[in-house]
Amino acid sequence: MELFLQTLIYGLLIGGLYAVIGIGMTLIMGVLGIINLAHGQIMMVGMYLAWVFWTFMGIDPYLSLFLAVPLVFLLGIFLSKYFLQPLIEKESILPENQVLMTVGIGMVLVELARFIFTSDYKSVETSYSSETIALGNISISLPMLIAFVIAIALTLGLFQLLMKTDLGRSIRATAQDKDAATLMGISSKKITILTYGIGSGLVGAAGILLLPMYYLYPDVGPIFTIKAFVITILGGLGSPIGAIAGGIVLGVAETFGATYISMGYRDAVGLVIFLLVLVFLPGGLKQVLKI
Amino acid sequence: MKKDKNKPAFITKIELIIIAVAIVLPFVFNFSPYFQGLLIFVLIWVILGTSWNLLAGYTGLVSFGHAAYFGIGAYAAALPYYHYHISPWWGLLTGGIAAVILGYLLGIVVFRLRGPYFALGTLATAEILRIIFGEEEWLTNGHSGILYMTTWVSKYPYYFTALILALGAVFSVKFVMRTKAGFYFLSIREDEDAAQALGINTKKYKNISTVISTFWAGMAGAFYMIYMGFIDPEVVFALHNISIITILVGIIGGVGTIWGPALGAVVMVLVQEFFRSSFFGLAPSWISGMHALVFGLLVIFTILYMAGGILGDWDLIRKKLSFLRKAEVSE
Repeated sequence: MELFLQTLIYGLLIGGLYAVIGIGMTLIMGVLGIINLAHGQIMMVGMYLAWVFWTFMGIDPYLSLFLAVPLVFLLGIFLSKYFLQPLIEKESILPENQVLMTVGIGMVLVELARFIFTSDYKSVETSYSSETIALGNISISLPMLIAFVIAIALTLGLFQLLMKTDLGRSIRATAQDKDAATLMGISSKKITILTYGIGSGLVGAAGILLLPMYYLYPDVGPIFTIKAFVITILGGLGSPIGAIAGGIVLGVAETFGATYISMGYRDAVGLVIFLLVLVFLPGGLKQVLKI
Repeated sequence: MKKDKNKPAFITKIELIIIAVAIVLPFVFNFSPYFQGLLIFVLIWVILGTSWNLLAGYTGLVSFGHAAYFGIGAYAAALPYYHYHISPWWGLLTGGIAAVILGYLLGIVVFRLRGPYFALGTLATAEILRIIFGEEEWLTNGHSGILYMTTWVSKYPYYFTALILALGAVFSVKFVMRTKAGFYFLSIREDEDAAQALGINTKKYKNISTVISTFWAGMAGAFYMIYMGFIDPEVVFALHNISIITILVGIIGGVGTIWGPALGAVVMVLVQEFFRSSFFGLAPSWISGMHALVFGLLVIFTILYMAGGILGDWDLIRKKLSFLRKAEVSE
């Protein structure tokens, strides 16, 4: 029972982080209509920025959220403006051209990181990195708890943005129907670029939250790219609430898989769920939850 | 086949020249097994890229998981050896077949999916296989991989085996694209619903395309095992190093052209080796760290400025080049 509870809590906590990764992806998927296969790689950029701030300036990773996330946001804007946007007007044999472009972008980001920082494993050893809080026989890692709380705060903030502001309404409108949104006077081009920036910023933030309890190396990204699209499909395309549900389901399913099946199969659990959802529940959790 | 005067010859002169050059090339590099090894790698990528191109470039099924077929092919050659000491050379028979079976089974699941979902479905499958083959140690020896003492030291037998496979892949694609099935593939790529409405059994033709494509990917995997003598799941099921690079080879050379992936394979290996070796020691050694970076930039450039790839946009490139030449003359 304790093992069960421990697993469940760990799963929920990591699920909160996954949710932030997933929301970024689901926004991009909803508005741009593409899978962002550079998602994890952009997260890696955020992690390296925070690592640089920590190592050279001694800025705590949680504080560097305020420094690194805007930079990642700008990176996202830059990438979508100069690399993704031009492709929309172009004719090509494969409609997946933009997706392939994100693959190229991801590759260049990883190799740049490898070039600058080498392939060595890096980590941020803060004073609280290995602290735990004991609740009876269950222990909770402190950085994970902090990450979870900040992740929830980020999510709530994003919801305020999406639901209450003009920008948020424009984003949702563009995601629902691009042409109709354009007719209503929304500059879909601007929204598209901004959305990619916001998605990048979110995943960058998730990476920084993960930093105190994770190793950092140039190839850290791809596994999170995969998790991100698993969450997105699991939650239902373009639905932030679905992404939260998807993130938590994935987090819990993974940790249970790791505990009760085998550690090695941890990453396979999500992928199997993903295939099952694609085939049997194409609308994702959104369809079930009716949100 | 019926004789048709209007139909261009199956093998053109340029293709004959390419084949002749390919036969002579290893003898030219007789002095260096290193260069001969590079040539063999080019051929492996020719097979993989061509195989991907039939599925993605001609049929519109953009697979992000070609490593699944490559890996299955490699393990089809390696597993009988590991368990029963049956020569991996039999893999050139079983590798392709195993990949076709996997492709067909997968088709049942992923053919329900379209566009990006298909891409993700294939990607997920390859990743699942990578994890399973790494975990089930009783079957595959897990991450320790399977080792096999290669048959010959000389590269020639391997080179010509690979050359036969590569030509087989290229010309089988060329052949099928000249048949009715080829036109059906194109119609599926352009508009699957319209194709279906016209009475084309899209599922059947997607399967035919998959069978040919996966067969060659599996053969490439089997050959890789025979040639390298060592495989492990992280190598042959690699997401980046196999699945993604396969796609990039296709894009750079030209999606939906017969020789595009072959050209892409040449470009990819050349770029990588030039940089990996720091231009054979001529440039400062830090350049060797940039081989993948340069290739990535090349991919971005290709997608941005010549979406059809080098061969697909050949007319466009030639126009730009001839403009340069004229400008030189006029000056």
